Amino acid sequence: MNAAVLTEKQVWDWLEQVPDPEIPVISIVDLGVVRNVCVEHDDDTQAASVKVTITPTYSGCPAMREIATNIESALTQRGITDLELQTQIAPAWTTDWMSEVGKQRLEDYGIAAPQAKGAPERCPQCKSTAVEKVSQFGSTPCKAQWRCTDCLEPFEYFKCI
Amino acid sequence: MTESPNPLFEFLLRQGDNALVLGHRTSEWCGVGPALEEDIALANTALDLIGQTQLWLGYAAEVEGKNRSANDLAFMRDAYDFRNILMLEVPNEDFGRTMVRQFLFDAFQVPWLSALRQSSDQRVSEIASKSVKEAQYHLERSAETVIALGDGTPESHARMQAALNYLWPYSGEMFGNDSTDQAMHEQGIAPLPQSLHKPWMQSVSNTLAQACLAVPEDPFAHSGGRTGFRHTEHLGHMLSTMQVLQRSYPGASW
Ligand SMILES: [Zn+2]
Repeated sequence: MNAAVLTEKQVWDWLEQVPDPEIPVISIVDLGVVRNVCVEHDDDTQAASVKVTITPTYSGCPAMREIATNIESALTQRGITDLELQTQIAPAWTTDWMSEVGKQRLEDYGIAAPQAKGAPERCPQCKSTAVEKVSQFGSTPCKAQWRCTDCLEPFEYFKCI
Repeated sequence: MTESPNPLFEFLLRQGDNALVLGHRTSEWCGVGPALEEDIALANTALDLIGQTQLWLGYAAEVEGKNRSANDLAFMRDAYDFRNILMLEVPNEDFGRTMVRQFLFDAFQVPWLSALRQSSDQRVSEIASKSVKEAQYHLERSAETVIALGDGTPESHARMQAALNYLWPYSGEMFGNDSTDQAMHEQGIAPLPQSLHKPWMQSVSNTLAQACLAVPEDPFAHSGGRTGFRHTEHLGHMLSTMQVLQRSYPGASW
């Protein structure tokens, strides 16, 4: 492609459209999994090379391979041929990197957002603060199971780490 | 037993094999847990441990420099090449023993990995920083469960005490001290495991007291796992299941 127009901002925008495979309402950028985007242009040909750095949420996160594949297909669809994907584990991923937009989308979807105190603030359904833990683990490594004692609905809580 | 030419490789195998063997044992609960929530929790714990295994054994393979991968180390080594402590390879038996074992190990891993964050080896420090967050989460759950079952019904209490009595003589191996430990200590890569014994004993005793469980008094400690000198008969059986695919179809991938 003609790379002169390609900016890092553009690549970030594209990556923001790549959903998390396990919680598709948030993007991999909202989740904080994309740590860096670097675009370089060849001096002579102006061809762009793109380097994307990602980090796993949990060390055994089974979605990492799918995330990498989805990034590759999203960027190659936009004409990027010179793409390098790097995985780094340091600094270790933290829920602090989740965007405010991401947290809001989680709650709208019915998943309580991570809280520093280690417990959900309120029921994502009825917004009651009367909640109790069912289990420390849930359907994916990043979630726990809670329940609301007002509306009695169970819900998932995104673990804070 | 031959002296390892590379103590860092040996050290990394110990970390990786502990995570791998406990991860596999824990995964044996998948689909047969005592309650749905526990089944899910056990599977997630196993997943964390297998993830940590990939990091430790991946680095071990690089350090060894013999063109082996983390998968090769996990699936193509025999029992005598494993460096996990014996406590992690004995069978699950029941949910009680599984949780007591997890607790005794987590109570060691949290201070151990916390200390490794300061390692002079950057990769060790990075892997420890990643893993310790997961270990802390595991410890919260295993300590809570040990208390709930120890201080539960007469049946659950008796099973937890039996599990503790069985596992206790295996726990001392975590605090071994040999030439590999000395070499890691001298290079600033890791503290001596035995330096963690006293604080571990304190935190474990504290939780066990809340669980109404008596700390066994016999100081005897099994050993031989972390050096590879003598594993229990159980590891070979476990590996025959864990490694069957790669043994039958070497190099198979999906
Ligand atoms: Zn509610």
